[in-house]
Amino acid sequence: MEHILTPKVEEVKLLDRYTAKKPAIGTLYLTATHLIFVETSCKTRKETWILHHLIAAVERLPLTANGYPLFISCKNFQVVHFIIPSESYCQNVYHSLLRLSQPEKVEELYAFLYNPNQDEDERRNGWCFIDSAMDFKRLGLPNEFWELTDLNKNYELCSTYPSELFVPKTAIKNTVFGSAKFRSRGRIPTLSYYHKESNGAICRCSQPLSGLTSRCDEDEEMLQAISRANPNSTFMYVVDTRPKLNAMANRAAGKGYENEDNYSNIRFQFVGIENIHVMRNSLQKLLEVCAMKSPAMSDYLTGLEGSGWLRHIKAVMDAGVFLAKAVADEKASVLVHCSDGWDRTAQVCSLASILLDHFYRTIKGLMVLIEKEWISMGHKFTQRCGHVDGDSKEVSPVFTQFLECVWNLMEQYPCGFEYNEKYLLEIHNHVYSCQFGNFIGNCQREREEIRLKEKTFSVWPFLWENRQQYRNPLYKCSLGREVLRPSTLPLNFKFWCGMYNNFDKGMQPKQSILDRLLTITQKRDEGEKKMTDLQRKLAVMDGVLADQCSNKQTFMSPVLVENTPENAQIKEEDDIQLASDAGCEKVRPTAMEDKITATKDTVVAMETTDTKEDF
Amino acid sequence: MPESPYTDAMEFSEHIKTGNVEDVVLRRPFHQPTKGTLCVTGHHLIFSDRDGHNSQPFLLLIRNIDAIDKSVENLLGYSKLFSSTGPSQRFDISVTPCVPSASSGTITLKCKDLCVLQLDIPGMEECLNIASSIESLSSLETASEMYPFFHRPAGLVLQDKWGLSSTEQDYAGMKELHDRWRLSYVNRDFSVCPSYPPAVIVPHSIDDETLLKVAKFRQGGRFPVLCYHHEKNGMVIMRSSQPLTGTNKKRCKEDELLLQAVIDGSDLGYIIDTRSPQQAQQARMTGGGFESKSNYSGWKRLNRQLERGKVLQESLIKLVEACGDSSHNVDRWLSKLENSKWLSHVQAALAAAGLLAECVERDGHSVLIHGTEGTDTTLLVSSLAQLILDPGSRTLAGFLSLLEREWVQAGHPFQQRCAHSAYSHTRLRHEAPVFVLLLDCVWQLGRQFPLAMGFSEPLLLRLAKEVYASDYGTFLCNSDQERCATGLKERTHCLFQSLLRPSERDLYSNPLFEPTELAIWPCVQPQSLQLWKGLFLRWTDDALHLKEAQEAIQNLVVECRRTLYDYIENIEDRELK
Repeated sequence: MEHILTPKVEEVKLLDRYTAKKPAIGTLYLTATHLIFVETSCKTRKETWILHHLIAAVERLPLTANGYPLFISCKNFQVVHFIIPSESYCQNVYHSLLRLSQPEKVEELYAFLYNPNQDEDERRNGWCFIDSAMDFKRLGLPNEFWELTDLNKNYELCSTYPSELFVPKTAIKNTVFGSAKFRSRGRIPTLSYYHKESNGAICRCSQPLSGLTSRCDEDEEMLQAISRANPNSTFMYVVDTRPKLNAMANRAAGKGYENEDNYSNIRFQFVGIENIHVMRNSLQKLLEVCAMKSPAMSDYLTGLEGSGWLRHIKAVMDAGVFLAKAVADEKASVLVHCSDGWDRTAQVCSLASILLDHFYRTIKGLMVLIEKEWISMGHKFTQRCGHVDGDSKEVSPVFTQFLECVWNLMEQYPCGFEYNEKYLLEIHNHVYSCQFGNFIGNCQREREEIRLKEKTFSVWPFLWENRQQYRNPLYKCSLGREVLRPSTLPLNFKFWCGMYNNFDKGMQPKQSILDRLLTITQKRDEGEKKMTDLQRKLAVMDGVLADQCSNKQTFMSPVLVENTPENAQIKEEDDIQLASDAGCEKVRPTAMEDKITATKDTVVAMETTDTKEDF
Repeated sequence: MPESPYTDAMEFSEHIKTGNVEDVVLRRPFHQPTKGTLCVTGHHLIFSDRDGHNSQPFLLLIRNIDAIDKSVENLLGYSKLFSSTGPSQRFDISVTPCVPSASSGTITLKCKDLCVLQLDIPGMEECLNIASSIESLSSLETASEMYPFFHRPAGLVLQDKWGLSSTEQDYAGMKELHDRWRLSYVNRDFSVCPSYPPAVIVPHSIDDETLLKVAKFRQGGRFPVLCYHHEKNGMVIMRSSQPLTGTNKKRCKEDELLLQAVIDGSDLGYIIDTRSPQQAQQARMTGGGFESKSNYSGWKRLNRQLERGKVLQESLIKLVEACGDSSHNVDRWLSKLENSKWLSHVQAALAAAGLLAECVERDGHSVLIHGTEGTDTTLLVSSLAQLILDPGSRTLAGFLSLLEREWVQAGHPFQQRCAHSAYSHTRLRHEAPVFVLLLDCVWQLGRQFPLAMGFSEPLLLRLAKEVYASDYGTFLCNSDQERCATGLKERTHCLFQSLLRPSERDLYSNPLFEPTELAIWPCVQPQSLQLWKGLFLRWTDDALHLKEAQEAIQNLVVECRRTLYDYIENIEDRELK
């Protein structure tokens, strides 16, 4: 609180980002966690809440006739433009926000304050809701080819990997340790996704320390072991996701890429995704295009082209498609790396998983995938999202790009995903808001050190609780079982208005097909429920059934909704998940849901503080 | 299945060199290549499966063919290409020579609905004959020889009313303006304005004598007429062509009087000119011009430049070419998309329509809109503005009536504008995809307001096809006068009538339609406008996924309704008991 110099400023104007319409006038509040603007110029109370940690930049612009402009841009691409009546107030708010938006330590992040009124058990159960280990079980692992190793249990092998890793059964301890020495930061080749149908595996690692001439027998043996683990193919792909030039430059620094002559039966491939710095600059340019006020179509398209953003999105998608095709069509295994194997590699492996496996196209499946490929495999969320004050060169929209690829797939397959655009936007929001602990920390070890699971809550049960609104009413999992083979022609990549103009409602379609469909399906479900109740009551009146049943029916109703024919398929998905959850300590998801329901009101109340906005 | 395609063959026999070829392989989007018999008739290519499993033969209107590329291969095995554009393949249809032992040929048909088909024909001579027959038949331009005059579908009778409405009926429906506006038959024999219908609505105080003089002062005789009355505030939209002021700033008292009568009692009216101020100035050199401020004191001119004619046609050609480019380079695609300028035209048209609607609804003033001839961009803007303002024009029937009134009756020269589409190699004359641009803008409106329109994307796609090649007479001819002269209304069927039949209605209705009385203001920021994939990528897998989604929405809505209906019925049943 000591950073808040002026907690309240009156007569503040909020300008519209694009049009010159009359600004909203209201009062600006600074709280410990949020910046709040309450509009007083209209009859209905309108509030804009912005979490401090979401603020990416605060700027003071030159004085205007109306007052002192303060320009705030957020990590979720919300942009607000205030005019503050007095210079000292403007300066105070500016300095407070500068400090509040850039905490020095992770412990200052909102997640450590946020309390949704749950007890310790609930918190702990919440953290067990998604368990990536269970996903390997779903994929049929361990099996005759792959086993779980605890060589990294104390993070001695690799400090940025999770403690449990899947490696080929034939890779002995020496091989694993030897390979770790030959890989940047010890990030050895480990299993990411296993395709049961073809025995093809997607493995990931970091670049080899091959330099210009170095070799490593253990590393070569490690790749052999991966290759052997797939009896369906005589070769494996090694995919370097970097542009060839970058990879070659790394050789001079003692790193580099696999020499095809040294590794038998590999097919080496570059896919040319640019590095985090290029991506950061590209996003910057894209946002400049977004910020243009009523540009001509030509300027906009030229700007879009100049930003290179869609080119990068396509590069990621192309790589994902390459992997999926290799595994599904050629039945080959693939080893993927970039430099450190935590950015481009995470993008490409998770995208390929979505293409190959319909489970990841479900609401729960996407949670599992993010937990598995991003959180536990050490995507550096703290640094990439700039959660705390630090090196701005480490910030990069890598995860945003992954979500954008998923969105592009959803646009191409309107019936292929169980979730909708809102789900992606909500996840994106949580990645940056730090309301929950999931996206804090750079790797599993760091998370354990800051004891996240004891001090913060997990976002996944919260999202699951609200899953109705993230549902895609058009989802047909019967159609979605197969491997997706999206077209990656350039014209399939569009600017994501829903993400980058999410807070500029005027730019969005004014009416939503999705909302309409969600409403009517909800009505239908209610209708069905009432009908069943009615029939039951009638039966009671007719004396066919005993009276207490009707009560029971009402009580059971949430389950009943799940059983409607339209949801039957989804239900089936849930069953798979239930089975895998059963392994988790005493956590029965149904019981879990009830508990969350009990605390629902408070959760929702807190949530609105984060998303309430209406301008 | 209409019988006529088989019977009318005789009349065109001089154009048909080879009527029948066996063992032809047809390749088309979404279908496996099939072998069968190709038959050329006066208006159709008919392809029947060899084994006859598909009882429905594939029928292609020859009028739909925009360009033919042919390549033949003779015994020696070297191939020669006759195409003027080269073998640019829009889709992945591999060009494999048919039978290596004999001569053969391949004809690529590029259609006006943007579909590309390929026929592998055994025998070089047959191939060339077929190609020249198609070329000859597709260049026939006499309206009365076209297929709509031969099309006799089951379930429709020629005695049915042609068209949905008439100026008289429209006028009768607008009682509240009868004291200020009247019907005029000054054009009953099309002598005053050949491109206007016989009846038009004009200010009450302006008699036919005055109209005659005004018509002489407006290009093509298109004097200002009423096209929309905004019930909420009594303001109107009028349209016309440019005034013929010329270099010596000629005046026409009657024209000034007419416009004065429109805003009688109010202080101001707007004239929206769809040309830039420079273009309007330049038009004076060729006898045209604009309403000067001094002579039309109550009127304020606003210029919103919209492209027309050749520029628009070339834009379409470039866009279609860009969409067919299968190179995997995002930068190139974006630069081609930009270069085509198509989306710029969409943006400009919607912005101008928004401006017009704003003048009427928000400022509360009447508007006159015109460009040069008043038959293209004028109609585009006035009809889009009506969609924005008028809930009545957003229903399926209302929209078709709007098209009939503002495009067919108002004299958009369909036959000239739609003679060729994006693939044609022929030199451009009067072609311009103004109507396609309208459909695209309407699609954008529908995308921004998916619940506000009673019709759906499939209707727009159907219209985009019908406007170029149709079984119906609706889009034939350039004006009502021509339609009367050819007896079109007696001898062809009306597309709009047919689309409103119950069986068709379901296909083209928006399942999510929730009528709103409010104006629907489109956002014209570039981020809010998109490439119309449904049209421009109609023959790719993308379109299949979109179609699947449309069907899923339809089914979902139907299912939900049924559940609620069942529920209500259940209750009612019980109450009866």
